Amino acid sequence: MNFDGLFSNFGELTTTGLTQGAIYALVALGYTLVYGVLRLINFAHSEVFIAGAFAAIWTWNGFGLDQDSQVSGVGSILFYLLVAMIVAAIASAGTATVIERVAYRPLRKRNAPPLAFLITAIGASIAISEAFGIWTRRRPEGAPILISQKPLFHLFGVPIDGVQLLTLGAALVMMVALDQFINRSRVGRGIRAVAQDANTAALMGVNKDRIILMVFIAGGTMAGVAGLLYDVRIQSLTYSVGFLLGLKAFTAAVLGGIGNLRGALVGGLLLGVVENYASGLFGSEWKDFAAFAVLVVLLMFRPTGLLGESLGRARA
Amino acid sequence: MRQKLARVIGGVAMLALVAGGTACSSGSDDEASGGDGCGSKIAFFGALTGSSAALGINEKNGVKLAVEKYNKENADCKVELAELDSQGSPDQAPGLAQKAIDDAKILGIIGPAYSGESEAAGPLFSEAGLVTITPSATRPSLAQQGWKTFFRAVGNDLSQGPAAGTYIKNVLKADKVYVIDDQSAYGAGLADEVKKVLGSAVVGSDKVQGEGKQTEFSGVVTKVKAANVKAVFFGGYYQEAGLIRKQLTAAGVTAPLVAGDGTNDPAYITSAGAAAAEGTILTCPCAPAAEARGTFVEEFKALNGADPGTYSDTAYDAANILLAGIKAKKTTRADLLEFVKSYDGEGVASKYKFVEGGELDPAQVVVWAFKVQGGKVVPDQEIPKS
Repeated sequence: MNFDGLFSNFGELTTTGLTQGAIYALVALGYTLVYGVLRLINFAHSEVFIAGAFAAIWTWNGFGLDQDSQVSGVGSILFYLLVAMIVAAIASAGTATVIERVAYRPLRKRNAPPLAFLITAIGASIAISEAFGIWTRRRPEGAPILISQKPLFHLFGVPIDGVQLLTLGAALVMMVALDQFINRSRVGRGIRAVAQDANTAALMGVNKDRIILMVFIAGGTMAGVAGLLYDVRIQSLTYSVGFLLGLKAFTAAVLGGIGNLRGALVGGLLLGVVENYASGLFGSEWKDFAAFAVLVVLLMFRPTGLLGESLGRARA
Repeated sequence: MRQKLARVIGGVAMLALVAGGTACSSGSDDEASGGDGCGSKIAFFGALTGSSAALGINEKNGVKLAVEKYNKENADCKVELAELDSQGSPDQAPGLAQKAIDDAKILGIIGPAYSGESEAAGPLFSEAGLVTITPSATRPSLAQQGWKTFFRAVGNDLSQGPAAGTYIKNVLKADKVYVIDDQSAYGAGLADEVKKVLGSAVVGSDKVQGEGKQTEFSGVVTKVKAANVKAVFFGGYYQEAGLIRKQLTAAGVTAPLVAGDGTNDPAYITSAGAAAAEGTILTCPCAPAAEARGTFVEEFKALNGADPGTYSDTAYDAANILLAGIKAKKTTRADLLEFVKSYDGEGVASKYKFVEGGELDPAQVVVWAFKVQGGKVVPDQEIPKS
């Protein structure tokens, strides 16, 4: 064990961990939303994320930017980020919609058992991931360097760079927006109603299918933004990265309390830093071990996660 | 409904009968045509899809060229190329090996391409007496398993690892080095050899996950940055290498990355970005494919529409050794195995003669350092053995 390494790099391990955790959290929202409403673990959500991430890279490619391009000027950087974010969100939300329409709705109509949903989800995930693999010839695709990862300033001696600010900032903004959307808007009320009791909600005139579609679209939008942030941060994308990232995001959702939006945020950030501390303390090969060990131990004491399951309950 | 179901089941059963029948008859064909070697197959075994497919595709294209040339010269007695796509996965290798063994027409294998899959498939090939020549699996222990059918057309990590270490010590003159590996049979083996040569110059080491499982390396990057080293060695494949290089550069680490042949692929540069990849040193127990003798480079380009990549030339040579055997009427597995064992000849990349355990004669092994320059992998220098 390398306590020295952990303590001397504690600040940096925390900031990079939080940044990665923010991406987990955004993806985790998709799992949590769908689970909260349908009691379904949408394993194909990792591919919703990948669709957005690829869409962002291909958008930049469309502007003639590849992994070797350097973009300067605040205006053009913002422009490229915004355009790619919109495209990524649409691509992810679209993918989520297609998955819901093609893979889940027909099963729901026939009252299929939960196991059928699970297998369909896994099947859809593999099929989409393989399609991207064949499409990209299983090669990594590079994103341009939009934001330099040179430190902007030091906070208590810890360097902070633009990518970290953007990732954390964007993730927080998206989350607050989603929280408000669920808690304040008409559709949000519908979502909470369906989550609490779908049949009663239907009797009150809530269109269940429409609400479910909205849930997939909201989760997809978050995943699309996560995809964009992933591209900006890692600057390279392979078709297969969704699997483990999706699994981690799902873990984050369970860690925070699946079905609970704020839980997804807490779980994601916690998972990100735990992974990094474990890399610092034991070596990077222990990173995933630590992440899942924390999950197991935590669930032993708090089976419903840190903040508990509660999309439909008083708080969203 | 039930009637329909019965019909469907009946149909399936009939189909199965028919398929079984043809399988039997084609089986007996095999035995009949065993004599002259016409229509027999050689197989390429390696990753053609999956995250580490780039090297496998380089090799398959080399093999393809050898087979096409052979078939052009022997139009009346052609040989077929079977492609066995392992995705580079040790889990899939045994099943795939069994498939090759069960196909009586396959007389020899070029591959398996990677060390992990070689480890998994080796015992099966040895038991079945099916000769394999790997153009790229460089883990030393593969030759020490007592497999009768294992041959290696390149040097192993015992030559590559020390050479990489020597290069870091003598050419880069780095007195502080960080060593990372991907925990694969290949990567960890290489990293261990490098550590042995560098000794106390290694100020830190870490392990990451390979096979595309890890894309976020901030933990490692933080440690490398804090160690303030002159060079970083990575034992592993290009996908992780590219991401690590990119993230190191982004974090302000300018020390050059040194890596082995598993990283020696253009996809490394795509993954890292040309700016970050610049100056990376890549070793290979092979001479530059572009320096291959004869007309190999032009022919390869004409057939595949791309320049030969790492190991395209050794795979071509390995295929030619098998084809030479088939041409010399060594058309049973046992005969072909004996032929390879006593083979002594020259290919486009090297001279080939196998010694104990199937290793390439050490006198023939060369290790080159390549350098990434202007977004391309260019030969740097031959690293002297020491």
